[in-house]
Amino acid sequence: MSLLPFCEWLAGTPGSIALHESLFMYPLIESVHVLTLCLFVGMTMMLDLRLTGLALRKVPVVDVVERLQPWMFLGFAVMVVSGVLLFYAIPIRSYQNIFFRTKCIFLVLAGVNALTFHTGVFRKISSWSRDAEPPARARFAGMASLFLWAVVIVTGRMIAYNWFDCDKPQPRWVQVATGCSSDAQQQ
Amino acid sequence: MNLLPWFQWCEESGLGRAVRESVWAFAVIESVHLLALATMGGAVLLVDLRMLNLGLRQRPVAELAGEARPFQNAALIVLVLSGIGLFASEATKCYYSVPFSVKIATLFVATTFTYTIRRRVASSPDSSDTTRMAVALVSVTLWFIVAAAGRWIGFSG
Repeated sequence: MSLLPFCEWLAGTPGSIALHESLFMYPLIESVHVLTLCLFVGMTMMLDLRLTGLALRKVPVVDVVERLQPWMFLGFAVMVVSGVLLFYAIPIRSYQNIFFRTKCIFLVLAGVNALTFHTGVFRKISSWSRDAEPPARARFAGMASLFLWAVVIVTGRMIAYNWFDCDKPQPRWVQVATGCSSDAQQQ
Repeated sequence: MNLLPWFQWCEESGLGRAVRESVWAFAVIESVHLLALATMGGAVLLVDLRMLNLGLRQRPVAELAGEARPFQNAALIVLVLSGIGLFASEATKCYYSVPFSVKIATLFVATTFTYTIRRRVASSPDSSDTTRMAVALVSVTLWFIVAAAGRWIGFSG
């Protein structure tokens, strides 16, 4: 299944064209997306560091989760809205960008990790909330989160680079990974 | 005093050349810069939110400030070092860039403020709520300007 036709349709909508051609809106939205890293990933990182036992060891985990989660959610909401708008402005190129695709995979992995944590070891939080060193599964979730979000940040930044774009000759594996056909290259 | 020759010297330095001529260097250094930005944001916001009576309200400000400090220090060092690499590769552009000037000037103020007034207010149990709130607002505003102006360097010129 290819989402290319959908992206092509999206790219032709007036809103997408307006955003793409705007002098200030696009940079503004991108700035919001980048600066929200401080709130969303910053707060997530603090929770992860607590889970790994590397920081806030005296603070009960349940307090960290309860008090920081609203800020993480707020940051995440801003990230999603600004991120969707950035995609909306440049749908086809983003869809066929190897870094964008990698970022999406790692976003899903980060989501699965968070879900596994919340439906797993976090259910028994009352038994380990005050442990300076949380149980192995919680430490693993924290480490995994730190790593996965770091990859999301790095691949997200790399979307800007056109090294693997469809509009130039690419090795076979890149064509497969980006969904570029030889037709697309000629366009 | 004209600083242009110094900026040109930075651009022609070994570091400036190396970053500029490499395909990957700028992108990799910028990614590191962003990772440190997120860490810095977490460390600063943890304490500033607390001083605004938000976030981890159950804990003393001084405790959170102590917890955040190593991460804040490490992040700032990485930010400055990676920033020097990015700057050297396009120093002449930075010389003419208004956002760059704004960023560097504000960075100087924000760093000084953070390691003097903010540090004293955050570690003192006697600071009043009003003082803490004012300090947190100034801190968030200053660092916001540094980050926003920094992002804008890439959009200008």
